[in-house]
This record gives sequence, C-alpha cells and structure tokens, in this order.
Amino acid sequence: MSALWGLLRKEVYHILRDRRTLTVLVLLPVVEVILFGYSIRTDVRDVRLAIVDPTPDATTLALRDRFTASGVFRVVAVSSSERPLDALFRTDTVQVAIEFEPSFGERLARGERAQMLVIGDATEPNSGSARQSYVNAVVQQYESEQAARRGGIRIVPEFRARFNPTRASANLFVPGLMALVLNIIAALMTALSLTREKETGTLEALLVSPLRPWQIIVGKVAPYLVIGFVSVLLVLLEARLVFHVPIHGSVTLLLAEGLLFILVALALGILISARTSSQRVAMMTAMLATMLPTQILSGFVFPLESMPSPLQWIANLVPAKWFVLIARGIMLKGVGIAYLWQETLVLAVMALVLMAAASHSFSARLE
Amino acid sequence: MSAPAIVVRDLTRVFGAFTAVDHITFDVAQGEVFGFLGANGAGKTTAIRMLTGLLQPSSGSASVAGHDVVRETERVKSRIGYMSQRFALYDDLTVRENAQLYGGLYGLRRGEIDIRMRRMLERLGLERAERSIVGSLPLGWKQKLAFAAALLPEPSVVFLDEPTGGVDPITRRQFWEMIYEAAHGGTTVLVTTHYMDEAEYCDRISIMVDGRIAVMGAPSALKREAGVATIDDLFVRLARPATAGTA
Repeated sequence: MSALWGLLRKEVYHILRDRRTLTVLVLLPVVEVILFGYSIRTDVRDVRLAIVDPTPDATTLALRDRFTASGVFRVVAVSSSERPLDALFRTDTVQVAIEFEPSFGERLARGERAQMLVIGDATEPNSGSARQSYVNAVVQQYESEQAARRGGIRIVPEFRARFNPTRASANLFVPGLMALVLNIIAALMTALSLTREKETGTLEALLVSPLRPWQIIVGKVAPYLVIGFVSVLLVLLEARLVFHVPIHGSVTLLLAEGLLFILVALALGILISARTSSQRVAMMTAMLATMLPTQILSGFVFPLESMPSPLQWIANLVPAKWFVLIARGIMLKGVGIAYLWQETLVLAVMALVLMAAASHSFSARLE
Repeated sequence: MSAPAIVVRDLTRVFGAFTAVDHITFDVAQGEVFGFLGANGAGKTTAIRMLTGLLQPSSGSASVAGHDVVRETERVKSRIGYMSQRFALYDDLTVRENAQLYGGLYGLRRGEIDIRMRRMLERLGLERAERSIVGSLPLGWKQKLAFAAALLPEPSVVFLDEPTGGVDPITRRQFWEMIYEAAHGGTTVLVTTHYMDEAEYCDRISIMVDGRIAVMGAPSALKREAGVATIDDLFVRLARPATAGTA
C-alpha cells in the first residue's frame, strides 16, 4: 500500500511541477463557461405536441390540423384537462402543450377574443423559443386566412416556459460544458500521462517492480479523478455565481453522476493510451474520440432532434449525451434517480465495458 | 556452491511467424557478471523481457532468484532490479524523490531509502545532486543514478539493457566499476552491450544470433577456441553470415 502511495505522490509532483498544464486545466473550465455563455444557436423540427381541448369544436380541430400539417409538430397527446401535462413534461413525452380555453370556437364565432395558453419545455432555451415562434407562425397564418374569409378574428396566445422560466442559455450549456471539461481532464490528460511514461521508458520500470498493473493504473488515474471532480465543482460554482444557473434537484446525485462520468472518461483515456505509443497520437485520438463527439453529438450545442437519424443513432454511443441528459434533468427539471435510472444505467454499462476493454488492452500490451 | 541465480531451459518466444528467441538454455551463477551480446534484433531484449516478467514465454522455462518467471512473477519482481536502454528516472522529480519512489515500490521505509541513497550518492561523488531535478543533470550522471536506483532495493539479480549507450568513456569506466562492486557484493548482473571492449570485462558472455545462443563461455576461452584476437572479431564472424541469411 505504501508503494501505491509513493506512486500517487509522484503523480501529484508531476502535475504540480508542470505549471503551464496545471494552469490550463484550472482556467479551462472557467474560461469556457464564459465563452459558451454567449454562443449557442439552435433549430428544431418534429416537436412533440400535447393538446388540451376542454370543448372540441370545428375551430380547434382545424387549428390542430394546421399544427400537424406544418410538418414541424407531431401531436402525441390530446386531453380535455391540463392534469396529465405535468407527467408528460417530466418524462419528456411532450415539448410543447397548447391549451385552448373553454368555448374557444364559440368565442371566436361571437367575434370575441379567444385565448390559448402555449406551454413550452425550456430546458433547452433556444430550442424552446424556436418552437414558440413556430406555434406563433401557425396561429398567425390561420388568423389571416380566416380574416380573408369571414373578417378578423383574434386569437391571443399566451406563452409560458416550464423548467427554465428565465430561459438563460447558461442553463443549457453548463451540463455539456462539464462533460467537455471532464473529457479533457480525465480522458486526454490520463492518456497523455500514461503514454509519456511509455515514451520515457519509466512505465517499464514500474511494470518490472512488484507493483501490480491495477495498482499502476490506480496510481496514475486517481489524481486526475480528483482534478476532474474539483473542475465539476468549479464549473457549478461559477455557473451559479455568474449566470445564476439553478440546481433544482439533488446536488449529491449530480456529483455522483459526475463521478460516474469521470470513470467513463478515465477508462477511455486508459484505453487510448494502451492502444497508442506516443503522446502525439494519444492526443489526436483523444481529441477525435472524446472531445469532438462531446461538442457535436451530445446535444450540448446542437439539438440532437434536428439531426439526421444516423447521427442520432451514433449519438447514443457518446457518453456525454447521456451525461448531458442526466445533468439537465437534475439541474433544470429537478428530477431524481427514479426518472434518470435508464440514462444512469447506460453510463454505468459504458464505464464497465470501457474499463474491461482498457484493462484487457493494458495487460495484452505486456504479452 | 549455491544454486544458480538464473536458470534458463529451452526458453522460446514466438511473435506470429517470427521466432524472436529460439530454445535458449543457460545458467548464471550468483555474483557473476554475465554479458548478453548480439546484433540488433538478435533477441536479447525479448529474452530479458521474459526473464523480468514483462513478457510471457511461448515455451520453455526460466527461474530467476529461485522463482519461476511464469508462475511466481510477483516474487521474481520483488527480487530483481532492471535498467532499460532508456533510463527510467523521472525528469521532473528530484534525485531524492526518484529514490523515494523506487524504494517505495519495493516496500522500503522512507528513512531506510534516505540512508541507502546517501551512501550511494557519496560513493558516486554525486552528493550535491540529492535535491536537483533529474532533468537538469548531465546524461552520464543520470545513467549512473538510474543504475543506483535499480540497485537501491538490493536485488539479488540486476538486468542492465545497454546501460552505457551514449555515455563518454570515463563514465563507462565508472559504470563498470559500479557493476563489479555490485557483483562483489553478491548481486548477479546480466548486462547487454554493443561495446565489445565491455564484453571483455564480463566473467562469461553469450553471443545471440537469430534468436539462438551461438557461443557461450569466458571471453578468454572463447577467443582461444576461435583463434581470434578480440571478442569484436568473434562477434563479426558470427553475426555476418546471419545478416547475409546463409548461416
């Protein structure tokens, strides 16, 4: 055990002495939070729509058809009261709900103003507002057509955001940013530090020592696990203080899920280092295998719903996608493990598979 | 007579269709300095990797310090020292931190490591280097320190894979003094080298050609039998047909 401690202490020395890398590691999350705070754009299609229509009539049916015909919306639930909405939003079954006021059609027929309430899931604020403007467009078109046929009618849509009432885009990118930072620290840095030992020949010296391979791995990766965890705390703290991002759910659960994601990234880093022999190749591989998919296919910047289906399918293999879903669920929707167990299970399976593959590659390397 | 420190019987390692080490058999006595010679690619490093537990043999057997390298790898590892072609000290750590790390890997206490390290530094005349970052030291010093690190746990067998590559003649001389001193203290030394004059310093040598041991014995006896003036001549005579592919 003292041998393992010695190895850990040595790794800490490496990290502390490489001041430039350490500075980058600490500043990176802090700077990225600021950078990403202002640069998110999104687009939507295939929006899952719920209709609440207490008194269905010709007008509301016509409006429903308009939404379906627009090609943007898909009606997934129809009910006469707003009671089921809560569950539908929490399970992510619907993204937008439209609630007609009672006697909607009658009011219009009498020449009165008729109100409709538009409720949108604003977890992803930009997609949220994009969906809102589609709703607006459908309603306005209907209004102008009716105006031509039978004189002006007035529909008054009222918009309400769920989960993320302020619609701050910071709320959207913080979970993805954590995934990105953890990939850099846990996967990239681990891969680099292990391949560096290969390059300098020190890994051989460790391997011929009585230390067992698993002890070498633990000694190498544990410090990065700690740094990764500190980064998660830093990002959350900064998001809270600068952008006032809320955490509606359990902080403990969020940190535990963060730890699970770090394990996935560490395993990836070990796997990469076992398969490569130079720091340069390890760096390129880590970029390609972890950072690129995290930025593009995690739903962190670009909404997955508007991607072609092959890409959506590939996105399922990106660990960050699942972590982003989990983190958004906890932070913005305030849901617990009861709602997130499937995503958590996916991450756990990924962690196990990657660790098995990593330890297999690592010992195969010795054969 | 005590039991040999290294016993190798028909040790073989195959990589795909290529036989890197082909049924080698030899013993090394305790406290002996055994030179392991051969051209690049002759199989020396593969053989050493099997003896140090880094590589599984395809067939045959070997024991080091009384323990089987396949079945008792962990026991073997705790009894051997190893210094590779690329010295294995961490450039960004001080000499003392390196010593603490390596000593710690072999279960030595911190106080004991300090005592042994200072004794070694004194003998090498490198006392001043204790708190220096290794990366700032000259190559020759680093090489000597790497050897000292391999000897720190007082192993019964030490493997040196081209320990003197790229160092000046004076440092090489000092290096061999260190090797003799270790052997005198009972440590068995298996050393590979490309310098044929160094081969003459060994108690016994073997020359590997294409994965096999072509000749083995005391340098003087080998020269006499082959009728050559130097080990260099013998080496060239053995290695040349191999590279021409007509052996």
